[in-house]
Amino acid sequence: MDELKKELKRNIISQLNLEDIDVSDINDHDALFGDGLGLDSIDALELIVMLEKDYGIKLSDPSEGKNIFTSIELLSRYISKNRTK
Amino acid sequence: MKDLSIIAYCSIKDNTIKLNNTTRVAKDPKLSFLEFAKKAYKEQVLDYPKFFKMDNLSKLAFLASDVLCNSDIIKNEHKEHMAIVLSNRSSSLDTDRKYQATIIDPKNYYPSPALFVYTLPNITIGEISIRHKIKGENAFFVLNKFNAEILTQYAISLIENKKSNLVLCGWVDYDEKKYNAFMYIVARNGIYKHSKEFINKIFNSN
Amino acid sequence: MKAIYISSNNILSPLGFNTAENISQISREKSGIKLQNIIGKTPSYAALIDNDYLNQVFKAEAICDIYDFNKLEKMMLLSLIDTISKASFSITDRTLLIIATTKGNIDILNSKINHISKNRAYLPELGKQIKKFFGFKNEPIILSNACVSGVLAIAVAKRLIQNEFYDNAFIVGGDLISEFTISGFQSLQAISDRPCKPFSKYRNGITLGESAASLAITSTNNSEKTIQIIGDGSSNDANHISGPSRNGEGLYRSIQSALKESKTSPESLDYISAHGTGTSYNDEMEAIAFNRAKLENVPVNGLKGYFGHTLGASGIIETIVGLHSMNNNTLYTSLGTDELGVSVPLNVIRNTQKKNIKTILKTASGFGGCNTAIVFKKIKF
Repeated sequence: MDELKKELKRNIISQLNLEDIDVSDINDHDALFGDGLGLDSIDALELIVMLEKDYGIKLSDPSEGKNIFTSIELLSRYISKNRTK
Repeated sequence: MKDLSIIAYCSIKDNTIKLNNTTRVAKDPKLSFLEFAKKAYKEQVLDYPKFFKMDNLSKLAFLASDVLCNSDIIKNEHKEHMAIVLSNRSSSLDTDRKYQATIIDPKNYYPSPALFVYTLPNITIGEISIRHKIKGENAFFVLNKFNAEILTQYAISLIENKKSNLVLCGWVDYDEKKYNAFMYIVARNGIYKHSKEFINKIFNSN
Repeated sequence: MKAIYISSNNILSPLGFNTAENISQISREKSGIKLQNIIGKTPSYAALIDNDYLNQVFKAEAICDIYDFNKLEKMMLLSLIDTISKASFSITDRTLLIIATTKGNIDILNSKINHISKNRAYLPELGKQIKKFFGFKNEPIILSNACVSGVLAIAVAKRLIQNEFYDNAFIVGGDLISEFTISGFQSLQAISDRPCKPFSKYRNGITLGESAASLAITSTNNSEKTIQIIGDGSSNDANHISGPSRNGEGLYRSIQSALKESKTSPESLDYISAHGTGTSYNDEMEAIAFNRAKLENVPVNGLKGYFGHTLGASGIIETIVGLHSMNNNTLYTSLGTDELGVSVPLNVIRNTQKKNIKTILKTASGFGGCNTAIVFKKIKF
């Protein structure tokens, strides 16, 4: 699980062009959207693409994203449970 | 119709940023645009992490406009109503090709929303507007080459029609790793003459 | 300032290749939107122009090899052939050509297209083809300003002619439905699974449409009855590059600018042709902007239920329908709108009906936070 969390942090940093942010800067329980990492609606859509591309998870309803992308902790749990890649 | 003026101009070319023909930033010409842009950002901007999400064209437009859109050159209360009229030859083709790459292989088909939103050249104007809170008139012209005549005609039309008192005009092109940015602000009163001859002179000399 | 008028016009869409056919279909509430197999496995709704029919007409009217031009070029050329032939003026060195398009020949980026040079993906190359075909004397201005391109083109032409840089102008707008555009909007979750429903409670996205349209604009009028462009305005939201501002600030300012210039009060507007894309955010933002501008009682429709969202062509097509609304004193149904789903009042046109229409407002909004509004007035001499 720790390996997945690290991988997720690395993927998010590169996929979303988060300059000057290191894996060690992202805490597992930090909010990804809003006040935490400050991601926005387009980042959310990119994360949906990442879910499918890297983990084979296709969201049937994109608005589910709100609950899944809350923090690295919750996201990694969701991916562990549902990944097909 | 009283003649209009240009209050300031800037250019970004060969990894060098100039304001009114004076060099502000000069980096190794062998650096890629991305490397140059990052260095320029760290020296000139610093407080805008969204910069790194932008495509090359928007980064270029952003850096050029940042040189001109500061309170030394235009008062904040005037900035809000400034018109922005940019132009280029390649539209957003550099980013279009990158986006196309995300859909070309049916076995690796992952269209990127973050790239797609930049596949319009007027997004450059959107990014400048957001950064500087500019809510004025916009237009993005795609032209065969830099055309001072069309830009002067339209800037005059906007001011004469009372749509704006200030117009940020320019050329921002990024294509196949070659780039060129040139911007100037037109106003009713200023140091330089607003004429296509002067504009062509500073475009070509910079 | 000189008065600026509309001369002739053409709509080239799945509803027909001339304006009269399009208006006739609209008055019968016919839509060009159909279920199509365009890309991938799932069929989706779109308004496509039949390629074979286009080639057939092009061969006959342009008297040209269909392989010399790309699909979008053929659409634009055919539209302009009609508009130019009916215009009250001919092309001189004082004639401006404006081309409104968001992506131009974007299908060329896909290597499967071989008969057209890859160079034609550059918008100025598309411009050269059109300039050469008709013998325009000046470099065309290609306006690529997202979905406001069409409406903005009209404003740009008016402003340049009023300031005596040109005497008249031809404007042509168009965009293709391509894998590029469909996949892009899909990645933004912006495409509806049904034909779009402007301003409706259960709206969930746009329907793409493929069309071209053109207009002739002049400062000289010889008719007894004509349409004058009396005000325009555009403003950036300065909020987000792909989502509209929540309080419709940019659209509100555009409308105020156009109303002020035209000396038109909100109460004297007879009709609004809205942008009405059918996305949750756009339609809500527009409704808010209209309310802020005290326009909630003016009859309003969205026309994208007939044509789909035609991107670069949309502002021109929808303006032309507005002009014919004025000529025919008819308000056309806002097709696709059912139960209203915006947070403020709107007077949506539910059924095609007669009304004395003298002054109208056309609005558009697009990616990059852009917004444009134009006021048109029917003049009788």
